Amino acid sequence: MAVQVPPSGPNVNLIGLERADYKGKPSTLCKGCGHDSISARIISVAYDLSLKPTQVIKLSGIGCSSKTPAYFLSQSHGINGLHGRMPSLATGATLANRTLTAIGISGDGDTGSIGIGQFKHMVRRNIPLVYIIENNGVYGLTKGQFSATADEGQKLKYAGLNEFPPIDVCLEAIVADCGFVARSFAGDPRQVEALLKAALSHRGTAVLDIISPCVTFNDHEESTKSYTYGKSHEQVINDFTFIPAREEITVDYEPGETADVVMHDGSHIRLKKLDHSHDPTDRFAALRLLEETHIKQEFITGLIYVNEGRPSFPELEHLPDAALATLPQERTRPSREALAKVIAEYA
Amino acid sequence: MSVTDVQRSALGEDVFDTPAGVNNFSIVAATVNGSGSQTANTTLLRALFKMGIPVSGKNLFPSNIQGLPTWFNIRLSKDGYTARREKSEILVAMNLATAAEDIASLPAGGVCIMPSDWHLKESRDDIIYYTLPVQQMAKDSGATADRRPYVANMVYVGALAELLGIDVAEIEAALNFHFSGKAGPVKLNMGVVNAAIQYTKENITKRDPYRVERMNANQGKIIIDGNTSGALGAIFGGFTVAAWYPITPSTSLVDALSEHAKELRVDPETGEHSYAIVQAEDEIAALGMVVGAGWAGARAMTSTSGPGISLMTEYAGLAYFTEIPAVVWDIQRMGPSTGLPTRVSQGDILTVYYLGHGDTRHVCLLPGSMKECFEFGWRAFDLAERLQTPVFVLSDLDLGMNLWMTENFDYPDKPMDRGKVLSAEELTKLGGFHRYEDVDGDGIPYRTLPGTDSPLAAYFTRGSGHNALAAYTERADEWEANLERLAKKFETARTIVPRPELDETPGAEIGLIAYGSTDPGIIEARSFLEKRGIKTSYLRLRALPTEETFQAFAHKYPHIYVVENNFDGQMHKILQTEAPDVAGHIVSISHCDGLPLTGRWIAQAILEQER
Repeated sequence: MAVQVPPSGPNVNLIGLERADYKGKPSTLCKGCGHDSISARIISVAYDLSLKPTQVIKLSGIGCSSKTPAYFLSQSHGINGLHGRMPSLATGATLANRTLTAIGISGDGDTGSIGIGQFKHMVRRNIPLVYIIENNGVYGLTKGQFSATADEGQKLKYAGLNEFPPIDVCLEAIVADCGFVARSFAGDPRQVEALLKAALSHRGTAVLDIISPCVTFNDHEESTKSYTYGKSHEQVINDFTFIPAREEITVDYEPGETADVVMHDGSHIRLKKLDHSHDPTDRFAALRLLEETHIKQEFITGLIYVNEGRPSFPELEHLPDAALATLPQERTRPSREALAKVIAEYA
Repeated sequence: MSVTDVQRSALGEDVFDTPAGVNNFSIVAATVNGSGSQTANTTLLRALFKMGIPVSGKNLFPSNIQGLPTWFNIRLSKDGYTARREKSEILVAMNLATAAEDIASLPAGGVCIMPSDWHLKESRDDIIYYTLPVQQMAKDSGATADRRPYVANMVYVGALAELLGIDVAEIEAALNFHFSGKAGPVKLNMGVVNAAIQYTKENITKRDPYRVERMNANQGKIIIDGNTSGALGAIFGGFTVAAWYPITPSTSLVDALSEHAKELRVDPETGEHSYAIVQAEDEIAALGMVVGAGWAGARAMTSTSGPGISLMTEYAGLAYFTEIPAVVWDIQRMGPSTGLPTRVSQGDILTVYYLGHGDTRHVCLLPGSMKECFEFGWRAFDLAERLQTPVFVLSDLDLGMNLWMTENFDYPDKPMDRGKVLSAEELTKLGGFHRYEDVDGDGIPYRTLPGTDSPLAAYFTRGSGHNALAAYTERADEWEANLERLAKKFETARTIVPRPELDETPGAEIGLIAYGSTDPGIIEARSFLEKRGIKTSYLRLRALPTEETFQAFAHKYPHIYVVENNFDGQMHKILQTEAPDVAGHIVSISHCDGLPLTGRWIAQAILEQER
C-alpha cells in the first residue's frame, strides 16, 4: 500500500496549503482596526491547524465586525446575514451540514443589543460554532453610538456619557450554559491564537469575547476599550497550551503542575496551575470572577470557562453523520407504498 | 347564532340555498371550549363519512383554552357541496351561555336538541325541541366525576343516531378510530351512546323530516385537514430542516410534520432522523434558521401565520436578494394585528407577495384543496430550489384546520429538482463560476453548496450590493444589472409555477376568479347562478405571479369578478396591476367577517353586480 506523504516544507502546512490560501479580500476597515488583527489571527490559526478551507463556513451579522469574514479564508463559503440574527443562520447551516466547521463573527452591538436574544438561544442550544465578538463598545458604521458593552461612565464625543451598566457577554454566555467562554484582547495575538485553536476543538458553542479597539471612535484616553487601556490593564487569568489531537503529548511539566481538559475531538487544553490562577472548569468560580472584575473594573483575559460535557445541537437531533443537505432522494422521499400506508390512517 | 349569522343578516332574505332533505342538511353543535366535544363531533362526522354521505366539518372555535363558546358545523350534502352554509337545521345546544342566541338562529322547522336538566323554556313554537337528561346520563355512565363533562357529549351523538338514522356500528367504529382501539374509553363512550339511543326510543317522538341514508359517494376518499396534508407533502418533498414558532392556526402543520416524520423519515435500523425540526425562539429566528439551512443546501421550511410573517419580513428580503431557497407556509388568519387568531381570512396576499423592503416580489402558491396542500407541500421545494428563492404557500385556517373529504393524494410525479447546483467536478471542468451570472438566459444563476470540496466553490453571500461575481459593489450599473436579472428570473417563475385551473362555460359573459379556500363556495355559487340561467366561467389561481392563462381569461370576459375573503380585495389589486389594460373591468367581490365565504353570499354578491 502506498503511503501518502503529506507535502511539507517551510511554506505549506499538513494539507499542502500555503498561508496565502487562507487569506481573504483586502480589508476595507479603518487602518489599525482591532478587527483586522483578529482576521489575521484566524488566518494564522487556520493555517497552523491545517483546516481545509472548503470545509469551513463563515457567518456574520451586520456591522464593522460582520464585514470581516470577507477578509479571511476566501476559499470558504461565507454569509453576511441580518443585524443580530447570525445565530439563527448558523443554527440552520450546522443542521443542514454538521460536517462543516463554523466560524461566526459578531460585534458588541450585533450580539449585545439587537442580537442578545438569538445569542442566548444559540448558546442554550449549543450550536457548534466558534462565535467571536469583536468588542469595541461602540457602533462604528453609524459613527460612534454606545453599544450595550460600553462601560458605565464612559464618554464619547458624539454620544456623551454612558449611564448604563454594560452587558457582559461572557457572563451571559455562562449563564446560558455555554461550554467554552474566553475573553481576550486584539493586542495580544499569542493569546488570541491559543484561545482560537482551543475554541475550534470545542464540541458546541465557543464564545470568544475579544476586546478590539475602534481606532476611529473609541480609542481615546478615557476609553476602557482602547489599545493603551488594554495594554496597561490586561490581567491574564491563566496560562495554557493547546495540544491538537494529532500531536503527541509530550510531558513538559512536573505532575501536579498541570491539568488537562480533554476536548471532544481528542485535543487537549493543558492548563498550567499557577498560584491564584483561575480554574476554568469551575463554573461558579467563573461567574464570581466576572462579577468581581466588573465591580473592580478590571480587564481580565484568558479561558474563563470550559465544559465539554454538553452535547451539541446536531448530536441531540439524532442526525446521520453525513450532511442532511446532500442526503440522496432515497433517504428523504419515502416510497409510494409509504404514502399509501400513511393515507390509510385517514381513510 | 350570532357568530355564524353575520353574513346572512347583512344580506337580508335568503335568495339561494340548497333545500334541506335526506342527506342534505346541517348540524351545529354549540358547546363550551375545552369540554371534550371534539370527540363527539369528529365521531359523528366520521360515522356519516363512513356511511358514504358527503360531509364536511368546520370548527368555529375561540382563541381560548377553556370556557368560551365553540361551534362545530357538520354539513351533509348528497350533491357533494362542502362550502360553509349559513344556517343549520339541527342545533345541539350544549352551552347555556349561548343557548338563547343559538336557538334564535334556527330556521323555522329546525330542531333543537338540549339538556332537559336546564329546564329552559321552549320559547319558539316554530321549531321542534327534543330534550334529554344529559347530566343524569353522564352520571349514570360510570365515568369518574372529572370525565363526566366529556362523556356528556356522547348523549347527543346517541340522540342524533336514533333521530337521524346514523348506523350505530359506524359510531362504534369511529370511536375505535378516535381512541386507536383502546377498549376502555370506547366502551365508556359507547355506553353513553347506547343509553341515549334507548332514552330517545322510549321518550322522544320524532317530529322532524331530517334523516340520513347510506350512500356510496366516498369510495376511496379520506378525511383530513390541510395542515396535515401540507406536512405530508413536505415529508414526501424531502424536507430536511424545519424551524418554526408556535402560532395559531399554523401550529398543527408542524405537529403533523413531527408526528409523520417520526413514522416516515427515521431509519428503523439506526434510529437516525433524515431531518431536524427546531422550535425557534421567535419567527425571526425561525426563518433565519431556514435561510441558513437553505444556504447550506437543505430543503428547509417554516410554517407560520400573519404576525409571524411580519417578523419574517427582513429575512424574506435577504433570502430573495441573496437567492436562497426557502419554503414558508402561511396559514392565514384574520388580521390586522392580533386580529382574530382562530378565524379565517385571505388577508396576507398583498403583504406576502411583496414581503420585504425595496423592490421585492415572491413566488406564492395558492392551494385550494387537500390534494393541493399535499402537492404544493413537495412542489414548493422543487420551485424554491429551481428558482433559488423563497416560495410562500398561502393556505388559511379554513383549509388548514378544518376537516375535508378528499380523493387520495398523488405520489410526486417526478424526481426532486435540486436546481442549478455545481459539483466540485463540474467546477474543475468549468474552471470556476460566477454566483450571480445569468449563464442560461433565464435569470437563474448557478450556486455551490458550502462544503463542496473545490477551491473554486466558495463565494460570499451578502444582502448588500453585489455584482455577478458576488463581490461587494455600490456601482449603479452593477446594481441595476442585478435587479434586471432578478426581474428576468421572476418572468421565468411565471412559466413554471402551477397553472390556474380553468372551467369555462360556453356562452358565459361572466368570468370568476378566486383562489384557495373560497373554491367550495364558488362551486356552489356557480350552481345557484346556473339554476337562474346565469352562466359563469371560472379561473382558480394556483400561484403568483400570474401567467398567460390568466391573461387570456382576463381579456376574454367582459365581466371579471375576483372573489376573496379579505376586506380590501387584495388579489383584485394584484390582478389589476398584472393586467393593467383590462383593469377597469376587473371587479372586486370581497367579504371579511372571520368566516369562510358561503355559496349563497357569493351568488348574491354577483347577482347584485349584474343587476
